Amino acid sequence: MQGWLIAIIVIVVVLVLFVVFLYNSVIRLRNQIKNSWAQIDVQLKRRNDLIPNLIESVKGYMKHEKGVLESITKARTSIMNTTDPAKKAKASDALSGTLKSLFAVAENYPKLQANQNFLQLQEELSGTENKIAYSRQHYNDMVMLFNTRIQTFPNNVVARMMNFTAEKSLETPVVERKNVKVQF
Amino acid sequence: MRVMFNEVRNNKIKSYFLMFIFLIIIAGLGLLIGAIFGSLIGGLVIAVVCAVIYTIVVFFSGDNMILGLSGAKEAKKVEFPHLFHTVEGLAVSAGIPTPKAYVIEDEAMNAFATGRDPEHASITVTTGLMKKLNRQELEGVVAHEMSHVKNFDIRTMMLAVVLVGVVALLSGILLRSFLFSGGNRSSNNGNAGAILIIIGIALAIFAPIASEMIKLAISRKREYMADANAAILTRYPPGLAGALKKIATDPKPLLKKANKATAHLFIANPFQRVKKGASNWFSTHPPIDERIKRLEAM
Repeated sequence: MQGWLIAIIVIVVVLVLFVVFLYNSVIRLRNQIKNSWAQIDVQLKRRNDLIPNLIESVKGYMKHEKGVLESITKARTSIMNTTDPAKKAKASDALSGTLKSLFAVAENYPKLQANQNFLQLQEELSGTENKIAYSRQHYNDMVMLFNTRIQTFPNNVVARMMNFTAEKSLETPVVERKNVKVQF
Repeated sequence: MRVMFNEVRNNKIKSYFLMFIFLIIIAGLGLLIGAIFGSLIGGLVIAVVCAVIYTIVVFFSGDNMILGLSGAKEAKKVEFPHLFHTVEGLAVSAGIPTPKAYVIEDEAMNAFATGRDPEHASITVTTGLMKKLNRQELEGVVAHEMSHVKNFDIRTMMLAVVLVGVVALLSGILLRSFLFSGGNRSSNNGNAGAILIIIGIALAIFAPIASEMIKLAISRKREYMADANAAILTRYPPGLAGALKKIATDPKPLLKKANKATAHLFIANPFQRVKKGASNWFSTHPPIDERIKRLEAM
C-alpha cells in the first residue's frame, strides 16, 4: 500500500515540477519576444527622428528630387501610424527602400558628398538600418525558440491547456547583402 | 542557441575552478615562503589574504588591467562612428547590452573582447583592422568577439590571463630568490638542500597546474564555436572568412604591445606569422586556414 502511495506522490511531484518549469520558460521566452519587439521599435523611432534632419540637409541641394523626399516623408508617417508588428515591418521596409534610392541619387551631387553634416547623417542612418535588420533577426530567433518550445512533444499538450499559441515571425525582405559595398 | 546556454554554464564553472585553483597555488606558495622564513602559519595566512583580495580585484577589474596592458583606449563615437554602429548592431543581434568599444592604435590587424559578463564587457579592435576591412568583414570580426562576450568566454579568459600571469611571475621570483639564497648557504649547512627539494617538488606540482589553467582558456573549440556563432549573428559567414583571410596575409601581423599573457585573448595570434598547417599543442590559436575552410563550408 505504502509503496503505491509513494510512487503516486513521486509521479505527481515530477509532473508538477515539469509544468512549473515549462510554464516559467515559456513566459521567459515570451517576455524576450516582447523585449526584442521593443528593441525594433526603439530603432524605428531613432530612424524616424533622424529623417527630418536628413531632409533639411539635402533640401537645398536636391531641388529636382522632390518626389523622393516626399515619398520618404510619407513612409515615415505611415510607420508612426501603425502598431501592428507585421504592418510596421512592411512600412519600415518601404522606408528603407526610399532611403536607399535617396542615397543612390545623392551620389550624383558632388557638393552633397562633400557636406560633412550629410555624410554624418548617412553613416548614422545606415547604422540604424543595420540595427533594424539585426533587431528583426533577433526577434525572429526568439519567436522561433518560443514556437519550438511550445510545439514540441510533450510540451505542446501542456501549452495547449494553458492557451499558449505560436507567435508569428516577421517577414524579412530578401536583402542583397553581397552587393552592398560601403567603404570608409 | 541551446548550445550557448551550456557554454555559459561551462564557463561559469571553469571560472570558479580557476579562482579556486589559484587560491590553492598561492596558499602553497605561502606555505613554502613561510617555511623559508620559519613561520608556516604566518606565510599561509598572509598568502591567502593576499590571494583573496587579488582575486576579488581581478574579478571586478581584470578587464581594465588587460585593456591597460594592451594600450587600448576607449573609442569616442565622434571619432569612430562606424565601429560604434557595428558593435551596437551586433549587440542587438545577439540580444545583449552593448559592450564598450576600445581601440588600439596599431597597424597590425587584431581584436579581442574582455570583461566579466555581458553587462560589463568591452570589445577592442586595432586601427589597422578598421582601416583594412570592409563593412561585412569588420562585422564578422566584431560578431566573433560578441559571441565570446555572450557565452561568458570573456570571464574564463580574463581570469586565466590575469591569475596565471601572477602564478608565473611568483614562481619565477621564488625560484630566483631561492637559487640566490640557496647558493649562499649550501656551503655551510644541509638545511638549504632540504628547502631546495621542497621547492623543486612544489614547482613540479605548480607547473602542470598552471599549464592546465592555460589550456582551459585556450581551447580551440572555443574559437571555432565563436566563429560559428558569429556566422549565426551576421547570417553571413563570408564576412568573417574574408576578414581572417586578410589577417592571415597581412604583411604586418605583429602587434607592438602584445605580451605572452594576453596573446590568447586575440582573434589571431599577435606573435607569429601564420605558417601553413603549423599547429601544435603550444600554439595559442587554431590554424587560420582551417577556420576559413570551416566558415566557407557553412
